Formats: sequence, structure tokens, C-alpha cells
Amino acid sequence: MDINRRNFFKIAGLTGVAVATGKQLVASPEKKDDVEFYGILYDSVLCKGCAGCEIDCADANGLEYPEDGPEVGVVRKTNEKQRTVVNAKETSKGVVYVKTQCMHCNEPACGTACLTQAMHKTREGAVIWREDKCMGCRYCMVSCPFDMPKFEYHSTNPVIQKCTMCYELTQQGEEPACVYNCPNGALKYGPRRELLAEARRRIVEHPDEYHDHIYGEHEAGGTGWLYLSPVPFEELGFNTNIQKSSYPALTKGFISSIAPVDILLPALLLGVHEATKQRNHNEEE
Amino acid sequence: MNMTTSYQKNQEAEKVPFNRFRYLLNELKPKGKIFTPFNVISVPIMLLGLYIIYIRFTQGIGAVTNLTQDVPWGLWIAFDVVTGVAFAGGAYVLVFMVYILNLKKYKPIVRITVLNGFLAYLFYSGALLLDLGRPLSIINVIIGNNYGVSSVLFLVGWHFLLYMLALLLEFSPAVAEWLHAPKLRKVLSAMTLGAVIFGITLSVLHQSGIGALFLMAKDKIHPLWYNAYMPLMFVVSSVFAGLALIIFEGSISHKVFADQLDKDSHKKHDSIVQGLSKICTLAMFVYLFMTIIIFVHEKNWEYLNTPMGYWYLIEIIGFVMLPMFLFFYSSRNGKMLLIRVAAILTLLGILLNRLNVSMIGFKWDAAVRYVPSWQEVVVTLTIIFIEIWVFRWIVRRMPVLRKSPDWVHESK
Ligand code: SF4
Ligand code: SF4
Repeated sequence: MDINRRNFFKIAGLTGVAVATGKQLVASPEKKDDVEFYGILYDSVLCKGCAGCEIDCADANGLEYPEDGPEVGVVRKTNEKQRTVVNAKETSKGVVYVKTQCMHCNEPACGTACLTQAMHKTREGAVIWREDKCMGCRYCMVSCPFDMPKFEYHSTNPVIQKCTMCYELTQQGEEPACVYNCPNGALKYGPRRELLAEARRRIVEHPDEYHDHIYGEHEAGGTGWLYLSPVPFEELGFNTNIQKSSYPALTKGFISSIAPVDILLPALLLGVHEATKQRNHNEEE
Repeated sequence: MNMTTSYQKNQEAEKVPFNRFRYLLNELKPKGKIFTPFNVISVPIMLLGLYIIYIRFTQGIGAVTNLTQDVPWGLWIAFDVVTGVAFAGGAYVLVFMVYILNLKKYKPIVRITVLNGFLAYLFYSGALLLDLGRPLSIINVIIGNNYGVSSVLFLVGWHFLLYMLALLLEFSPAVAEWLHAPKLRKVLSAMTLGAVIFGITLSVLHQSGIGALFLMAKDKIHPLWYNAYMPLMFVVSSVFAGLALIIFEGSISHKVFADQLDKDSHKKHDSIVQGLSKICTLAMFVYLFMTIIIFVHEKNWEYLNTPMGYWYLIEIIGFVMLPMFLFFYSSRNGKMLLIRVAAILTLLGILLNRLNVSMIGFKWDAAVRYVPSWQEVVVTLTIIFIEIWVFRWIVRRMPVLRKSPDWVHESK
């Protein structure tokens, strides 16, 4: 049962090539730095809680209309029928409204998790879900720090629902439905860099109206949605423990150790095998 | 038992001209008693399980599970995949000992362990298919339509798949012996060492990969269980999880399949089990040591005096430390019963640990906790039972526990 050494190296070589190309593929999305992501600035100081965006979102995406609306003391969540919700929160500055939806992370955990690239960070910045690729493993849901992808548990051909920043509309040069329809100007669509500048300007010009923090600037490595608030974000029920670096960074160490192990370990094992075989021979003699 | 073993039949077959077709037909017939307690219990559960699986495919996953938008992975992943893969770790540890370290003593249990591992993987990946909402799209990953190469799940999936192939190759000589195919056997056994080497590599990576799956769920898993070293801890614990399963499974197989074994293999088996216990002790010691270092390093003292903290202590003290001492003590004194107790405690400990990471500690602070539905439990049992049925079918026919037919030794 001796191994054919030539074969062994052939296979080892092949593994090496596969791993090397794999690595290249891992690196390619990194190029996104040279395009400018678009995002949305949401200003809860301006939001009046009309929840019109919930209706517009349902219209734009062919979903059912929500049955309830924002109500103090009730925390509504997005679900497989509703991609965005507006909640009312009692805070130190009175009732404040907050819209929630997928944050469109710069480096989305869901996209890194997805093994078929169904979850996909587009060059424009929107994180979209592609039906034909998804296998419904729900690893994106396990990984998303904001719990945003939602799954149709009661369907035999389930889809993942989450905000896509109206990718199709924006591709045609239009604004996302919620932004376009907001009667109070609480939403603004644009290049993320400009939105950040705008947000900072508002904080500087009205320091007593705004809490001095832009949620989404650094959270989870930066997100496409940026939030302004009159009160600290804890009061709005935001997870403020969210790490500042990206979530995919947590798996990078593991992913990059795979190639070396795949290549070196077989060689090591073969070496040990030869050595112990030798020893056994000597003992037998 | 009043049945002719295939072993005897093989010898008869050598006298009469061998008719492979008639032989196979004969082999397909059931062997052994039909109304055993195991059959009586397992068959109704399996039928119920198959019915639940039918409902799952006609009405959706939500019709039979308690999964929620916040807890997307439940018992099917936490037990079948996350725990099951650790239990199946014995196959790579053992072939490492036998083929890489050339510890010939353990050779008699290689086949049964590899078979066990292969079936475990086969059925656990089957369970995975049940859990996929859109299982047909798995083809995208296999034909390379879309490679999410930065996805841990992608890498785990591929290592999983290739490892099944390696296990199949490692086991295939037994199939060739069963089929009376010396030439085939020769070709297949020539590939064993290659399969072993790649199998071990693939195992180390997917065992750790299962731990790495949860790295991005940083804010969702209780800090006592979440840490950056999960991948490493999963590999180390898979060593003693796998060995404990070999000990446990061996103690059952040696009773159930007593007809397959000759006298001195019983005696040899005791010394094998003692050897395995020593390795378990060592691996558990390393694991415990690392656990303590991580605990101190992550400054987890504040969580200790909470309900989750007590739960953590039960896992570490009751199901790692205690079985470690039992293994240590009983392997020196040759107390076989105590070794078995230690193995069972170890297996329970692994079960606890894997469920704690992937289910119990996952969203532990959620308002509504996930608790598996009875349907999820029945389907899980169904999968285990089907695996045991197939396992038994093969052991009764192929030279897994018993010695290889004589022509194998003659041709050497
Ligand atoms: S919020 Fe969640 S779903 Fe949205 S892009 Fe970020 S990781 Fe993905
Ligand atoms: S459920 Fe679909 S989108 Fe989410 S990770 Fe799995 S394949 Fe990707």
C-alpha cells in the first residue's frame, strides 16, 4: 500500500492551484475602494413618524401593506413581509421615530457568509439578494449583526427578504422609493461621502438638536445607511456595542490559514508516515 | 444466533464456481432477527419522521420547526451537523494513528470507524439538505456557477464533500472483498494512504471550519462560549469526541455483532480501548488547559455568577474535567466499565458544548427563546436510526469487524 509519490505531488499541486485561484477571488471584491458607494442618510430629527415609507416600500417591492403603525412602547421588527418599519421611542427629548431596514454595510457579513454569492454587495453600494443563486441556508441571517435578512419559513420556495435600496430603480437613475416619497425630507440618497459631510454639517450647525454621532459611519466597518438622532443611540434601542471594524474581518484569519494547511499538512503527514514506517522496519529486524 | 454468516458463505462460495449475481441477490435478503427491541422502537419513529419530512417539503420549513427570524439555525444544524461532525472525528484521528504513526495495534478497528464516519457524514449532509430552503440551488456551489470563496460555509461544504470521498476510498477495499473482486481491491487499497493523508487534512480544516462558522455571530453567542479561538477548540475537542464515540460504539458493536468476531479480538479490543482512553485523557487535558486560558484572557469572571455561568461550569467541570479524570484513572487500572462511563460523559459534554455554541447560547438574551419542536426531534432521531440500519446492514455483510477473506492474505 505504498503511495505513488508522483501522483501525490500531482494532487498536491492541483490543490495548490485551486487554493491560489481561490485566494485571488477572495481578494477581488477589495477593489470596491475605488468606486464610490451610494447610501442613504436618515435624520430622525426630521422624521415625523408618518410611516409613509412603509407603504412606499411595499408598493415598490410588491409586498403587502403593514397592518399596524409606529406606537410608543411597541418594538416592531422587519419581517418576511415587510422590509422596513418605523418605530416610536420615548426618549429624554420626547418621542423620537426611527426607521429600520438593512444597513447596506460597506463590508457586509451577509455577503461574506453567502456561499453562492446570492447576497451581493454591488459596486453602487446596495447589498442585493439574487433569487436564482440562493439555496436558503440562512447563514446570512446567522451572520448579519443587525438581523436583517428575513426568511419565508412557510413557503416551499422561500425567498430572503430585505431592503435592496431599490437597486433596480436606482439603476434607472431614480431614487429609492422611500427617499423619493418622504414628505418631511428625512431621507437623502447620495454618495456616502457627501452624506457624511452633510450629516456633519447638520450636527455642527444645530448642536443642540443633534446628538454628536453619526451611526453607521464606523459601526460594523461603516454602513450605507447613516443615522442622525437627537438623543444618544442607546435610547433609540440601537446596538451600540457593535464593533467598529467589519464583521467579515473576524473570519479572515481562518480563511487565510486554509491554503497553507491544505498544502503543508499533507507533506508533513507523508513525512511522518515515512519516518514511522522506517522505525517499524528497524524494530522488526 | 442461528444464521449462517457471510464469512462461512464466502468459504462455501470458493468451492462451488462463484456466481456473483446470485451471491449479490442472496446478500440483499435481510439477515438477523426481525423483531428486536431496536427494530420495534426505530421503525415507527422512522415512519413518522419520513412523514414529517414530507410535510416539510410540501408546506415549508416553518410547518415543522420552531425556527424564527432571529434564530435561523436550530436542532437540525446544531445536532446533526455541528455535533455529529465532532462525533465522526474518530475516523480521521484513528487513520492518523494507524497509517501515519504506524500504530498497528489499532488496525482492527479502523474499518468500523471509517464506516461509521462515512455514514455519519452521508446522513448529516442529508440532514443539511432538509434544512436548506432552496435545496436545488446547491447545484450552484457544486458545478461552480457561483463560488463564494470567502464564505466559511463554502469552504466547510467543499471540505465536507471531498472528505466523504476520502472516507469512501478508505473503506472501499472492504466493499471489494465483499464483491469477491481481488483486482479491484488491489487498485482501491493502493489509494488508501493518499486518501488518508488528504482525509486528515480535510478533516482538520472542516472540524475547525465548523467553529469558524460562528465567528461572525459575535454579538449573538454568549461570551462564555464565543471567542476567536472557536476553530481551534473545535478541532481539539473533535479528537476526544471521536475517540469517545469509538469506545462507546465499540462496546455496543462487540455485543450486537459478536458472531463476526473471533475469540482473541475481544481481548485485543480491551487493550485498544485502554490505549484510546489514554489519548482521550491527553486531548482533554490540552482542551481544558486552553479553555482556562481563554476564560482568563477574555476576562469572563463577571458572567460566572449568572445562570449561564453555572451552566458553563456544569459543562466544563461535569463533562470535561470529570470524564478526563475517569479516563485517566480507569485506563491505568483497566476498569473497562468506568472507561465506558467516561466515554458517555465525554459524548454528553461534546453535545452540550456544541449545542451551547450553536443553539442554547445563541441569542440567549432573546425575549422568545428557540426550543426545538417535537417534529425536529423526531426527524433527528429518524436520521440517526436510518444511519444505524445502514450500518448494521453493511457490518453483517462486509468484512468490517471480521477478518478479511483468505484470498486477501494469500495474494500478499
Ligand atoms: S445589515 Fe445585515 S443584511 Fe444588511 S448589508 Fe449589513 S450584514 Fe447584510
Ligand atoms: S440563505 Fe441564500 S442568501 Fe443567505 S447565505 Fe444562504 S444562499 Fe446566501
